[in-house]
Amino acid sequence: MTDAAASYNLLFKIELGENKNMNNAISRRQAFGLGAGVIVGLALPLRPTAALAKNDAEEAIKSFAGGKTPEKAKVKLELPEIAENGNTVPVTVSIESPMTKDSYVKDVLIIADGNPRAGVITFHFSPSAVPEANTRIRLAETQNVVAVAKMNDGSVYMASKEVKVTIGGCGG
Amino acid sequence: MTSRREFLQIAAAAAAIIPGEWTRAFAQQRLTQSDLLAFEPVGNVTLVHITDIHAQLVPILFREPSINIGVGDAKGVVPHVTGKALLDLYKIPTGSAEAYALTSEDFSALAKSYGRMGGLDRIATVINAIRAERGDRVVLLDGGDTWQNSYTSLVSKGQDMVDCFKLLKPDAMVGHWEFTLGADRVKEIAEDLGFPFLGLNVRDTEWNESAFEPMTMIERGGVKIAVLGQAFPYTPIANPRWMIPNWSFGIREDDVQANVEKARQQGAQLVVLLSHNGFDVDRKLASRVKGIDVILTGHTHDALSDVVQIGKTLLVASGSHGKFVSRLDLDVQGGEVKAYRYKLIPIFSDVITPDAQMTAKIKDVRAPYEPMLREVVGHTETLLYRRGNFNGTLDDVICEALLSERDAEIALSPGFRWGTSLLPGQEITREDIYNATAMTYPAAYRMTMTGGRLKEILEDVADNLFNPDPYYQQGGDMVRAGGVSYTIDVAKPIGDRISDLKLLRTGQLLEQAKEYTVAGWASINENTEGPPVWDVVMNHVQKRKTVAPRETTHVRVQGI
Repeated sequence: MTDAAASYNLLFKIELGENKNMNNAISRRQAFGLGAGVIVGLALPLRPTAALAKNDAEEAIKSFAGGKTPEKAKVKLELPEIAENGNTVPVTVSIESPMTKDSYVKDVLIIADGNPRAGVITFHFSPSAVPEANTRIRLAETQNVVAVAKMNDGSVYMASKEVKVTIGGCGG
Repeated sequence: MTSRREFLQIAAAAAAIIPGEWTRAFAQQRLTQSDLLAFEPVGNVTLVHITDIHAQLVPILFREPSINIGVGDAKGVVPHVTGKALLDLYKIPTGSAEAYALTSEDFSALAKSYGRMGGLDRIATVINAIRAERGDRVVLLDGGDTWQNSYTSLVSKGQDMVDCFKLLKPDAMVGHWEFTLGADRVKEIAEDLGFPFLGLNVRDTEWNESAFEPMTMIERGGVKIAVLGQAFPYTPIANPRWMIPNWSFGIREDDVQANVEKARQQGAQLVVLLSHNGFDVDRKLASRVKGIDVILTGHTHDALSDVVQIGKTLLVASGSHGKFVSRLDLDVQGGEVKAYRYKLIPIFSDVITPDAQMTAKIKDVRAPYEPMLREVVGHTETLLYRRGNFNGTLDDVICEALLSERDAEIALSPGFRWGTSLLPGQEITREDIYNATAMTYPAAYRMTMTGGRLKEILEDVADNLFNPDPYYQQGGDMVRAGGVSYTIDVAKPIGDRISDLKLLRTGQLLEQAKEYTVAGWASINENTEGPPVWDVVMNHVQKRKTVAPRETTHVRVQGI
């Protein structure tokens, strides 16, 4: 663990989502590197368009939220606009909550709607925790990252941000 | 807030004269140093801003873009107004000195009249004059892209610029191309600089801690001034990440806001953001981050005759390559800007007397290389320039060189915004070629690529330029493509902008799965192989003796 918030791990248990298996997938940057002895900085293999990139994100959110429609509030999602390295994108999620026995964040689900599988990670909090967590996630392509927070009273909130995974090489 | 735009007072009479008949002497007769520097002072603080010099120590020619399309909220507004429209907007007479400095209109003819611009010794004269007049009220800030992109800065790893800037004594700077010297060299220079190298948006990847000071507090004219510094947010994407593997960048809007608040809490009465974000990014940032009084913009090389006000924030755009020095006088009272006056001072090198100390220093750092740099390798019959969204004649020469010297069907040349211009009939020296190519990852690669992949590259770069949300833009121009033609609809989303992509040699559409031979340079990947691009271009020009690229129609633009 190298993240500043690593110590928060003591306060909640982390559940890795199914896309941990994605480590087997070859990233686009790597795939391109394999194919060419001389690599143009501008090049990555084919990217499906956003419309084709849908996965099980909607179902995952629905089942996590218990059928409720999450309200766009209380959740803050910190992500870069453009990923420097799609293989390891830093994400920090924080939730507005008093974190008392009577009112606290229970679970936070992170979803990536353009990965082969949407589920990334679920954080579980206890009332004594700091309602913030960070980790690094892998993004296969440009897509939305969504954080859904479930409070102890069953109410659900969310935030989402588009992260662009780009070829780069031509700025300036 | 009172505002008064300051313009050159020299232009109206000159407008009637036929440009071709002007002489250098004419410029000297019409322009004077005291006119260029004339400024009715205001208030208790003077901000002086220079940016994107790209290591040009001596006066240069630089043609501003004729096409610079804005999208989204930036559509049709400055800095996305060029040529005649810009002259009309700012009421600048055609053929005037200011028209020459700010637009591409009549550039070749006006260059013969008004001569080269910039030169760090002329800039030193202007800064010294402002300091003499305003005393301890002056803050000098350098917006970065200072240490790279000339021959001497390349071979000295930026030391020539560092030594010269020591004489200028800026109060702070930020970086972008600086980082292409590699992390160790950046740290080495930053520690010995004598003023802060700021970067509130740079963190180390291991601990997520600040890699550079986020801000510096300066007291001038009795005013406590916080200068926050923003490095180019997409440095590890647009430039090689392997050179700075332990630093992570980004816009980090929340961090900017947090630092503004911290600065105010520490008693700052004036908050200045010294930025290498690019103008459109800063325009959006100014609308979302509260409490910034002034953003000194950079990166996108825009030169604007007036400040742009977004809410309570003033945005300054000071051009590039040493062509301009910005002076912004502020009356700061009770933690607020009550009045200001601005002037974009054009550095006409034949009019402004060089500062002797700086001239000597520049001569000193250039001396070992001067004979080589002056060597003539060829001649151009047409204007060579780079700036513009889609193509430039200088890049056409580079693409031609890549195609012929590397025996390729297609050439790719990055859409950099730095690189100086050459006039029709001018000799091409080695220095001219270095001015367009000098950088630390110059290998001219040769590889095969499918038609599908090439289209994807064009789509990706186009989105970096034309994404309607400026936070997703990277601030360069479109990658230059030699040997192909295409249509681009800038209003469409990624994946749908590029169509009708054809190989010029055959006139056939590129096939999705077919492999084509592609040559290019400035790959951001480590261990790229190939000769340095400047050798490729010099060999090509030496063989041809004369180049004469014409404006092409290989890129058809739609959706404007």
